[in-house]
Amino acid sequence: MTPNTEADLAAIIAGADGPLRILGGGTRPIGAPSNCAPLSTSGLSGITLYEPGALTIVAQAGTPLAEIEAVLATEGQRLAFEPMDHRGLLGTMGTPTIGGVVAVNVSGPRRIQAGACRDFLLGVRFVDGRGTIVKNGGRVMKNVTGYDLVKLMAGSYGTLGVLTEVALKVLPCPRSIGMVRIEGLSDERAVSALAQVLGSPYEITGAAHLPKATAGTPVTMIRLEGFEASVLYRAGELKRLLAEFGDVIIDTDQDRTIDAWRQIRDVTPFHGRDGDVWRLSVKPGDAPGVVASLAGVEALYDWGGGLIWLLAPVGSGVTGRQIRRAVAERGGHALLIRGDRTEGAFPPLPAPLAALQQGLRQKFDPRQILNPGLMATGEPV
Amino acid sequence: MDMPIPRPEILARKAELIKRLQKVLPSDAVISDPSETRAYECDALTAYKCAPLLAILPASTQEVSDALAICHDMGVPVVPRGSGTSLAGGALPTADSVILGVARLNAVLETDYENRFIKVQTGRTNLSVTGAVEEHGFFYAPDPSSQLACAIAGNIAMNSGGAHCLKYGVTTNNLMGVTLVLMDGTVVELGGAHLEAEGYDLLGLICGSEGQLGVVTEATLRILRKPEGARPVLVGFDSNEVAGACVSDIIKAGVLPVAIEFMDRPCIEATEAFAKAGYPMCEALLIIEVEGSEAEIDEQLALIEAIARRHNPVELRQSRSPEESARIWLGRKSAFGAMGQINDYMCLDGTIPVSQLPLVLRRIREMSGEFGLDVANVFHAGDGNMHPLILFDANKPGDLELCETFGAEILKLCVEVGGCLTGEHGVGIEKRDLMPHQYAPADLEAQMNIKDVFDPKWLLNPAKVFPLATSEARRAA
Repeated sequence: MTPNTEADLAAIIAGADGPLRILGGGTRPIGAPSNCAPLSTSGLSGITLYEPGALTIVAQAGTPLAEIEAVLATEGQRLAFEPMDHRGLLGTMGTPTIGGVVAVNVSGPRRIQAGACRDFLLGVRFVDGRGTIVKNGGRVMKNVTGYDLVKLMAGSYGTLGVLTEVALKVLPCPRSIGMVRIEGLSDERAVSALAQVLGSPYEITGAAHLPKATAGTPVTMIRLEGFEASVLYRAGELKRLLAEFGDVIIDTDQDRTIDAWRQIRDVTPFHGRDGDVWRLSVKPGDAPGVVASLAGVEALYDWGGGLIWLLAPVGSGVTGRQIRRAVAERGGHALLIRGDRTEGAFPPLPAPLAALQQGLRQKFDPRQILNPGLMATGEPV
Repeated sequence: MDMPIPRPEILARKAELIKRLQKVLPSDAVISDPSETRAYECDALTAYKCAPLLAILPASTQEVSDALAICHDMGVPVVPRGSGTSLAGGALPTADSVILGVARLNAVLETDYENRFIKVQTGRTNLSVTGAVEEHGFFYAPDPSSQLACAIAGNIAMNSGGAHCLKYGVTTNNLMGVTLVLMDGTVVELGGAHLEAEGYDLLGLICGSEGQLGVVTEATLRILRKPEGARPVLVGFDSNEVAGACVSDIIKAGVLPVAIEFMDRPCIEATEAFAKAGYPMCEALLIIEVEGSEAEIDEQLALIEAIARRHNPVELRQSRSPEESARIWLGRKSAFGAMGQINDYMCLDGTIPVSQLPLVLRRIREMSGEFGLDVANVFHAGDGNMHPLILFDANKPGDLELCETFGAEILKLCVEVGGCLTGEHGVGIEKRDLMPHQYAPADLEAQMNIKDVFDPKWLLNPAKVFPLATSEARRAA
């Protein structure tokens, strides 16, 4: 089903006699796929309002992400949270939509400096599990009028309601970008180096470490954005700051920098590889220890170590249970992006949290028909 | 302002309530003497006052949990209170409620510079959080005007902003984790030192819920390294419209100042008389601040000045020294105090799309004439968060009511042009009855459903946020 209006979507949900699988472009099938009837928002498409001077864009949920990015580019603006494209990692086809980005709270490397998708989401319209149309927030940057359902909807995987329209804050594109790189660092040293620069005043917009970059050499990467002279100045300062870690290479080639960070954003090193892929959220300083405790995995560190992409290759013997335990011991959580779902894709919740989550779900979708297999509660194994 | 009628059955059990609370709290943490509970009768919205039944001052999460469980058991409403600086009546008690003050929860629990966070108890003041990390060169970004006094608990309850949130965001963008105590005493941990908590974004939901979903006792906050430097530029214009257009052009041009503050003539005059900041006498004044190294600041300010000059400013003055910067900010930061010197005032907090600034300022001026009350405007122009100050005489019968009606009209105008009722102060009791102007019944129902899940008996911070008639069935249940 692909309704073309919010009213039609509401009618479909109100009249549904069984569970629904909510889709934007269907490019992010994270968690258990259910066999229930697909309901796509791709028919709800189009930019409703764009005010560059107010840094605001409003679009229907099914609007292709690419369309939004193209329109923003004409005014030199962008979605600063840098949503990743999951297609390469998950082997999916289709067209990513802005609604899907919001429903999964998809962010990229710039999250450490600019914030996540949820931090840029100003307002939502959605249809809840009873078919009621609800709006929350608006299109202004500061809004504390009533409870913040905007944040609640971001990352709720369509389990509380189906998004029909989203309002987002946008930001100007930088005039220039650049990066500094260090090669050969151990994971531990790399995360230390990244902590050093993230604790500096130089406004780092990307801090990643690839233990096995091309030719198997570890590469630690730091991104800078802004006016050209400012990027050069800060790169120089970082070089001084990082002198104890080895040779610091300054690279201001625009295309190379863009490409390098797109690979981090989309986890390109794991594309086309067999095995389970996990996304771990941890305290940055804990990251090397978590990875070291799981012999046989491959890792890619983003957010200064706060985000770990893990590949557990077939035959590595690393189980979901081990990964979850390694994270739980230190604080944080692990989401299975792709692979064996024996342990469930979504992290299990402590009892009081699970009760709140289930309570909310019951209120918003009393018949439990919206994406019933997703999020921790009620997830089939 | 209507408030629910105190329940006699609760008032009648006061002695029993005191006795039970004294079992779980130190004796000096249960305040019942009317001469002492009066200290909690209002917050910074002083037009409304009501002494609570009791006030309690727990000093740990466990004490909060124990006390809430008792109140829950006895069906007693609880009003959480930070430092009582709410301008919206967010901590106004009812006569049958217990004020839960967080003043004794003021410890720093952990600072971690490598992972860039600080964990504090929430009674700690906003400024003292920065105070705890600044010797290492770090700061906590949200900076509400009341930062010297306001508590992190209140900042979280109201999702407070500040002058620098154009760049750094508001509380919700800087909050990584909380310890939350539900009304029945259940303790819940949300988030922590890692980014992005698991499950639904309950952290985002709690932030800004005005103390109605739970009591936050501990918070993990993101800290940032202080910028190398900052410098403001003052630009004066001969009309509000031109100043508004200049703001929009700066934002479009791709520079992102940390702050763009706007003051109109009545505010400039009052401030200048009070703080002597050396402001030019003109119709509208912008204070634009940028950060970075000296060279970076020069480059950004050159671009901003070029844009401003296209709008024919009557004055354009870059700060040349830290002292001058401090004086420029002193004027802005003392604006509310300056207005208070000349009159009673009510401070509004609506947000509008930046493009609507000229229209809204013009309409406010027209309405000012119609109501016969003066208005001064001082606000965060970069994000459209307005703070019109309506001047009135509290001793003149009917003036407060006239002022409130005028205020309501301004807020409705904000909603009409695509904005909202409150950008950073919260709804409280002040804007409670205006909620239906922004939200349809189904929208409010969705919000009240959330309250049902966290606080099924509707005991936490009663009579705030939702119009009484809208929430009546739930409160009576």
